Amino acid sequence: MALLETVDVVKRFGGLTAVNKVNFKLDQGRIVSIIGPNGAGKTTFFNCLTGIYHPDEGQIIFNGRPLHRLRPDQIASHGLSRTFQNIRLFGNMSVIENILVGMHVHLRQSPLSTLFHLPSFKKEEKEAELKAEELMTYVGLKGVGNELAKNLPYGGQRRLEIARALAADPLMLLLDEPAAGMNPQETEEVTRLFRRIRDQKGITILLIEHDMRVVMNISELICVMDYGEKIAEGTPDEIRADTRVIEAYLGRGAVAGQHEKKVA
Amino acid sequence: MIPVFLKNTTKRLEQGLCPYILILVHMVLGTALVYISPRSNLAFLVLITSFFSLYSFKADRRFKLAAGMVLTLLIFPVVGVRNIFYLEVIFQISVFSALALGLNIVVGFAGLLDLGYVAFYAVGAYLWAFFGSQQFYILHFAPGTQPSHLPFLLPGDAFYLFVFVAILVAALTGILLGTPVLRLRGDYLAIVTLGFGEVIRVLANNLDKPLNFTNGPQGITPIQQPTMPQVAVDGFNALFGRVVGHTVSPADMYNVMFYLFALAVIIIIIFVTRRLDDSKIGRAWTAIREDETAAIAMGVPLVRMKLAAFAVGASFAGVMGVLLAGSRTFISPESFSFMQSIGVLSMVILGGSGSIPGVILGAATVTILNLQVLQGLSLYLSQLRQTDAVIPIINFAWANLSSQLDPAKYQRLLFGLILILMMIFRPAGLIPSQRRKREPASDEAEAKEYHGTP
Repeated sequence: MALLETVDVVKRFGGLTAVNKVNFKLDQGRIVSIIGPNGAGKTTFFNCLTGIYHPDEGQIIFNGRPLHRLRPDQIASHGLSRTFQNIRLFGNMSVIENILVGMHVHLRQSPLSTLFHLPSFKKEEKEAELKAEELMTYVGLKGVGNELAKNLPYGGQRRLEIARALAADPLMLLLDEPAAGMNPQETEEVTRLFRRIRDQKGITILLIEHDMRVVMNISELICVMDYGEKIAEGTPDEIRADTRVIEAYLGRGAVAGQHEKKVA
Repeated sequence: MIPVFLKNTTKRLEQGLCPYILILVHMVLGTALVYISPRSNLAFLVLITSFFSLYSFKADRRFKLAAGMVLTLLIFPVVGVRNIFYLEVIFQISVFSALALGLNIVVGFAGLLDLGYVAFYAVGAYLWAFFGSQQFYILHFAPGTQPSHLPFLLPGDAFYLFVFVAILVAALTGILLGTPVLRLRGDYLAIVTLGFGEVIRVLANNLDKPLNFTNGPQGITPIQQPTMPQVAVDGFNALFGRVVGHTVSPADMYNVMFYLFALAVIIIIIFVTRRLDDSKIGRAWTAIREDETAAIAMGVPLVRMKLAAFAVGASFAGVMGVLLAGSRTFISPESFSFMQSIGVLSMVILGGSGSIPGVILGAATVTILNLQVLQGLSLYLSQLRQTDAVIPIINFAWANLSSQLDPAKYQRLLFGLILILMMIFRPAGLIPSQRRKREPASDEAEAKEYHGTP
């Protein structure tokens, strides 16, 4: 059974249909990319999945549960974690606190045990801190736990966002342009990180990305969106050869030109 | 040159016994000055700023704690009964510190700009005002027409119970007001909370009909003071009678008691605030302040956490309200105007939004400016008017100065100036809040393992 399934998801903003009847299936343990030109509705689709927007029509089934009427925090507690296109860290909190916020849904501490620092509270906090440090090491942020998040370099902030998303022990990770603004070496590193997350933690990854090296390198399946609709789906090789995709990215002329060349 | 010199000096002052001596000298100097001239504002300022040197110098925690206790539990009460005005200033500082600490949770931690915070203060005050006065028996009388010699509804002992009742009632009010409001963000939230604050005040103003709950603009009086054992007065007199110089009346002793009461509440508030700040709840609040969208995407239930912030902040104000009603024995809607909300907010911003010592410093500064500096200036000006002194160059006689120019009335100007200057020069406040530095947990665990296995 698919881990995530969307059925005819529609999201409109006034007269603009940002996401139009998108049907999408994602199996557990895959790395899948969504690509498409700017304004194709990729981020809106993400926001529908994570509950920031409620879809106007259609259904979203995650792990056997319908998600489309839940609040974002409820969706997060069901095991769907995300990062943001423009980094949204808690800038004035320390790195480790950012990760601890990510664990919010798993911490059981009651107000009473918090006020009186009961053993259960201390134990849980200690374990949470240990886990946060493990995660920092895992994403390559060892030893900066007390830095304020806003003081991290750009690449570090991207990594921290991923660590914070992982802190919730998600079943699935949604990454919105995780390699944007990175240099080739950093891109290489985060690509390896994503693979490690999938291979070692078994977390399914769905990402939006413009950097085709990343997309073609790690995706097992690519879904292409244009004008709010899903126009193609397939393996990287299939997508590379798909005329509709080339059309969407380069315009009709490019495809025609290719044909002419072949004829000549 | 000068900054380097200053830096070296401060460094030298922080070594060895220096801080201890400085703190003690400051405390003793302040106490002596106040003892010698119990009417001087300046002497009192020296005494009260010794708290600041106590906070800022590096010294052993136990020493600081002991010095702080001597200052608050011994020196302040004695100095206070010698000059009851000082005690009033200290009491007001305590009350406003508690209010500012409460608002700090809402504004400083959770980042919800609440311009109607004083509403919860009013709820607490009117709670005890109603149950601790004769108001219950004059529900059917218009204000001013009630018969005399009515009994009090509840005995003075009930005051202590109502301190706890107020926590619940104010927290409930916070949740009630918060539920419709907290879906809004930023400016919209500020405007609506401002409205709610005014609603509570207007309610208090108008709930004298159909049933007379609040006695309208005239306010409720007399309100029961809590019972105080005679032993307290006698004991105080026996212990400090000589230092004070006159026997302390029960009325003065009440003021001391309320001050100590407020102090206890502040200590509890600080304890609760620090524990909450350092837990899942506090982290969720800060996350909401930093980025609501990211916080909710990380699984922080926004509405519930915001309501929690509102409820906790409100409960602190509620307790202080009960205390105010008990100490003043008179409550009227005027005490809960919008200016009060702004005043508390400017304390939080001046001191450092989110920082506990900062907020207390802010409360102390604003209260002293308000009660001592502005009023002192007023007094000075009115004295000048009586003389025939002339401002030199422009040849303006002080006597001709309009009596409208009364600094004591310039509270609003003061709050405005504080807010503007702080925003320009120190947006994070006098003592900015700092995130807690954590020892790496793994190091500790490793160290334990290391020591555990021989």
